[in-house]
Amino acid sequence: MTIDQLINWIPFGADWPATTFFIAVLVCALIIFIFIAAYALTAIYGEVKISSFMQDKVGPMGQGVGFHTGKFGLLQPVADALKLLLKEDIIPALADKKLFIMAPFVVFIGAFISFAALPFNQHTIVADLNIGIFYILAVGSLSVIGIILAGWGSNNKWSLYGGMRSAAQIVSYEIPAGLSIVTVIMLTGTLSMQGIIEFQTGTIWGIFPNWIIFNNPFSFIAFFLFFISGVAECNRTPFDIPEAESELVAGAFTEYSGLRYAFFFLSEYAEMFVVSAVATTAFLGGWLSPVSGYFEGPVWGLFWFMGKSLFLVFVMLWFRWTFPRLRVDQLMSVCWKVFLPFTLVNIFGVAIWSLIVG
Amino acid sequence: MADLAFWMIVLLTIGSAATVVLNRKLVYSAIALLFTFFGIAGLYVFLWADFLAGVQVIIYVGGILVLIIFGIMLTNRITSVNISHTSVQRGLGAFVVLGLLAILVTMINTTPWLQAEAVEPVQTVGKVGYLLMMDYLLPFEVASLLLLAALMGAAMLSRKSN
Repeated sequence: MTIDQLINWIPFGADWPATTFFIAVLVCALIIFIFIAAYALTAIYGEVKISSFMQDKVGPMGQGVGFHTGKFGLLQPVADALKLLLKEDIIPALADKKLFIMAPFVVFIGAFISFAALPFNQHTIVADLNIGIFYILAVGSLSVIGIILAGWGSNNKWSLYGGMRSAAQIVSYEIPAGLSIVTVIMLTGTLSMQGIIEFQTGTIWGIFPNWIIFNNPFSFIAFFLFFISGVAECNRTPFDIPEAESELVAGAFTEYSGLRYAFFFLSEYAEMFVVSAVATTAFLGGWLSPVSGYFEGPVWGLFWFMGKSLFLVFVMLWFRWTFPRLRVDQLMSVCWKVFLPFTLVNIFGVAIWSLIVG
Repeated sequence: MADLAFWMIVLLTIGSAATVVLNRKLVYSAIALLFTFFGIAGLYVFLWADFLAGVQVIIYVGGILVLIIFGIMLTNRITSVNISHTSVQRGLGAFVVLGLLAILVTMINTTPWLQAEAVEPVQTVGKVGYLLMMDYLLPFEVASLLLLAALMGAAMLSRKSN
């Protein structure tokens, strides 16, 4: 259901258009917020459990009858959330208070409004914009500003360094990410999220799903370039240089505590989901079933979309617990000397491929 | 509904633009610019220029504003947050501004505007791309050449040893 259908569906819509509009926007925003919160709690639980497994330890778990943090430690994320809510809200005396307070919200809004263009299944998308994928790439730049604000507003050297590093990193990695998406757009000829997914229906030689990742060798490489750039844009390990706890304490987030820190935390997980969802939509067929003609329909669509996206989120967790952090200069040289030439060759290759093959 | 959203965006744009000009702290001005850019992107949406709105956000917010904030941060000592700009020659400034306003209002009121019965375009991206690649190919390529020259110049300047 899109927001336009929601507006038409509200019974008194014709009489009070402005009220209806606000109600529809609020309902959509609330659903997305609840979704982000629920997903973030799950992802945090996944993160502690998966990291424990990878490091050969047990992680949070119940003691005996299972009461400490619940059976298998299932209540651990709830305990974490409660802890963050109850912590004292500290604003440093020398901080720039307005910017300090504003920063977490700017970061969170950047991640939050991207969800408006994510197609959860055939019918569920807040707005299937003509420029859907471009919109997501564009509003992603809002989080850069938020992190710089956090770094500047904290009035702290570590924070400022973290903010600067983050800005440099995100601005740099936006370029390979955007150019990888260009290869997709050249194939599909549309920027609409649903349009990109509809392009991918059918099969190749009757067996493989006709997803863009399998469309040609260049788009296959483009998927990996996009995903790795996406990980860098989320500031996740191995690209968590802005946060780098061994060098910068906690980077731009050093001075934050309690609910304000929780917003940074939430937006990091939300951004991970957005990057995974965009990668799913653009390269892995979105809500399309991997077996063409089977397991289709709205509920299966939701299942496939969430399944693919959450698998990519899992891969990000996997990265975090298996790779060491890059150095700043390594990070930049990877972006500008490896990724950028590869993406440019990809664009050229896809153009040639489209002319010759299809 | 559309009217209400339009006036909210107008209010956001003008209010934040006024903050950009009137605020004494340079950092606050830069941050207010963020809302101005978003407001202008919103106005583009009302003109059915959705692609242009996206470009506005990605270039001005993601690129130019980050550059401005970077510039402010790098030209100042880290520990002091106070950078301010002052206004001089207020009387003369007010005179020039009011005169400009009068001229603009007269111009807007006297111009015979062409009002077309516009139909909402199905999609704009394709048309923009077609125009860039067909009718305006030469300016497009010249602009890219200019950007390349600027890029090389920046690389030259940042290498102090050469």
